Amino acid sequence: MRESFYERIGESCPREKLANGLSVCVVPKPGYRRKYAFFAARYGGMDVRFRLDGQWRDTPAGIAHYLEHKMFDTKDGSAMQDLAKNGAEPNAFTASAMTGYYFDCTEHFEENLKILLRFVSTPYFTQESVEKERGIIGQEIRMVEDNPDWQIYQQLLQALYARHSCRIPIAGTVESIADITPQTLYDCHKAFYTPGNMVLTVVGDVRPERVFEAAERILPRESGPEIERDYGREPEAVCRRESVRRMEVSAPQFLLGFKCPAPELGESGYRTELLGDLAWDILLGESSPLYQRLYEDGTINGSFGGAFDTLPGAACLYAGGDCKEPGKVAEAILRETERLDREGIDPDYWQRMRRAAFGSTLRGLNSFENIAVGLAEGYFQGYDAFHFPRIYESIRQEDILTFLRENVREERMALSRILPGEQQGKEGNNA
Amino acid sequence: MVRKELMEGVNLTYLPARKFKTGLLSAHFLTPLEEGSAGMRALLPAVLRRGTVGSPDMGAISARLDRLYGAELDYTVRKKGECQCIGFVGSFIDDAYALGGEKLLEPVAELMGEMILEPVTRGGRFLPDYVESERDNLADAIRSIRNDKRDWAELRLLRELCAGEAYGVSRLGDERSVERISGQKLYAEYARLIASAPMEIFYCGSAERTRVEDALLNALSALPRRGVAPIPETERHSLRGEAKVVREGMDVTQGKLGMGFACTSEDESALLLGNLLFGGSSNSKLFLNVREKLSLCYYASSLYHRRKGLITVSSGVEFADFPRAYEEILAQLTALSRGEVEPWELEAARGVLRSAYAAMEDSQGRLENFYLGQAIEGRSDSPEDLAREMEETPAERIFRAMSSVKLDTVYYLERKEEKT
Repeated sequence: MRESFYERIGESCPREKLANGLSVCVVPKPGYRRKYAFFAARYGGMDVRFRLDGQWRDTPAGIAHYLEHKMFDTKDGSAMQDLAKNGAEPNAFTASAMTGYYFDCTEHFEENLKILLRFVSTPYFTQESVEKERGIIGQEIRMVEDNPDWQIYQQLLQALYARHSCRIPIAGTVESIADITPQTLYDCHKAFYTPGNMVLTVVGDVRPERVFEAAERILPRESGPEIERDYGREPEAVCRRESVRRMEVSAPQFLLGFKCPAPELGESGYRTELLGDLAWDILLGESSPLYQRLYEDGTINGSFGGAFDTLPGAACLYAGGDCKEPGKVAEAILRETERLDREGIDPDYWQRMRRAAFGSTLRGLNSFENIAVGLAEGYFQGYDAFHFPRIYESIRQEDILTFLRENVREERMALSRILPGEQQGKEGNNA
Repeated sequence: MVRKELMEGVNLTYLPARKFKTGLLSAHFLTPLEEGSAGMRALLPAVLRRGTVGSPDMGAISARLDRLYGAELDYTVRKKGECQCIGFVGSFIDDAYALGGEKLLEPVAELMGEMILEPVTRGGRFLPDYVESERDNLADAIRSIRNDKRDWAELRLLRELCAGEAYGVSRLGDERSVERISGQKLYAEYARLIASAPMEIFYCGSAERTRVEDALLNALSALPRRGVAPIPETERHSLRGEAKVVREGMDVTQGKLGMGFACTSEDESALLLGNLLFGGSSNSKLFLNVREKLSLCYYASSLYHRRKGLITVSSGVEFADFPRAYEEILAQLTALSRGEVEPWELEAARGVLRSAYAAMEDSQGRLENFYLGQAIEGRSDSPEDLAREMEETPAERIFRAMSSVKLDTVYYLERKEEKT
């Protein structure tokens, strides 16, 4: 067991790499009654093409998400119910690069942990149960199709990226999931749900060694092969400058994106993530002169916001909200970047933004979910998420300016819009 | 927990806790939820948040908060029963983590006090620019509720179910009355609220009680109290003679089915458990049958509106499956009122609730929301008290309470061209 104490944030984190290759992190939280366990595989919506046993395999869009739905089935019934019987609240999600299973409880933690480890590592699918799930997932897909926030983001990724598999909707489409069989699910489980490709994080007042023991005892002995994935060869240029579609929305919406080079693995990649977020905040966050100007003249409203998203092999800055004149916002963002590059960041502004970034990341540590998912993501990307204080300290003004200068450029930009009105088809015609 | 009247009609709920990374401070005015004025009251904290005499614009306010390690101080508008709560919630890192050993509670309380008592004004009114831009923002926010079809369907169901009752009013008010708000009326409402609306303050964090009280008394000393109104009460809904059916069309790919039920029983802990068994968790009857067994939907869940005596069901289904989903939801309610419940279902529902009460003390946000609700109802039971009451509620009481639950209103969101 390796235990680190992080003085600046008042957390410790005993960690263990088990013999079977599974990484386990525990964040003890004395004084709390909640206990939260998160068990994740480095496998998500974009892992549709990979090499298994020497052969390249193409799997349907939405397969990782379908698998997530079916994992709760056990030979004796449903793990969902087994956990519920103990008063735990289980759930799961599939992201682009990760599938995570978790539960929240105040009682029977160790028993719940065993159930979690067991059901995620033991696939049990039948023709009938896989068939039945198609209707449920179909309705989930329909729900997402009617959701403008999802649609505008997906449309942006499809405008920025020509080939990278982040273009693929995580849940797939009603058509793409039509042919998923128990065998496809078994194959994908076998390939990706191996201890070497997974991480377990636990937050709460628990005994770390009991967590390590349970994982050691319940999970398979073999680490599993390293799976090579193909996300597609992506050109540097954006795929299309603008995409528009119509939906039942109250006002025109936009999302503006800038395609950035993908961060490396390891702490330098984490630094890029934090740096990108901070740079974006300095440029157009609520404290920025740009935000205030656009808000005060009514170009944007409280719905405006943005972030820096990173995925294996892809990264983008984006911002958007309700707005009738996205062109004006885009222009203002480009001009403000030039101004910052020319004049530098006001020293007082710089100091307080850095301090605010530290404070809000620290505030995020009140959330068990944030801690557990953050540590898991960090593990998959090869960094320690608790190192943010020292990373913030290492970031210089010049780093911010360089980042903005290199990425916030017209040729890297794409615009995704949704206009009120009847749907006319999925892809816009303004390309 | 200590509750204390700090000033006339200003109550502080103080909850010491050392385990959090942050302190939380909130202040709310409590006012009746009313059709004509809900929008105006929702607008008020947004305008107050725009600028104070000392920090007259967004830039100045952001700068102050950034220096306080990115403290958050946001306005909130909540609906609790037929009471509208408007005010501010502040969250800031605990002093222990401030690099220079600064104290953060006092400056956050001070800024909150300025927002409440010293807004920027000109000629005895709010700045017209601030009023207009926040009024537009609020109208946009109200219009945008329809973007999320689930939220929209839930809001529409409630409006139809409680037509003519305050509970049918949305927490943000309606678009038309918001567009009609004038700066003059808004200022008059502001003056009325600070003088006479009951005020609830909540603090949770590591500071001593005297420190919290001093900070608040300093920040709010100028509050011009003159005859404080009583806390608004909620009237129970009475069941319609015949269920009302409302159909609406939109350009959507998935239909939404909303069903509103009135509970004639007032056995709250029985209804709370009954609702969990019905559709309030991921092992409820609706989840296991409408979703898992019949594959009709991705979500079908129910919500118990305790203060109002209502249960609402929300579901997203294929248009063609409306009748099947409708029948199954009713069938599950009938099964429940007949006591067709497995022992494990009952134990799971109790477990979920027990866990929810226990975990409440692990979240400052949940505690704040809970104690605000308790204050409005004049109740002093703690989460542990409620957990005990729930444990002592036998199954028969749950079934009896659930047999008092009757269908009142049905709402369908259909595809536009299918509307007849």
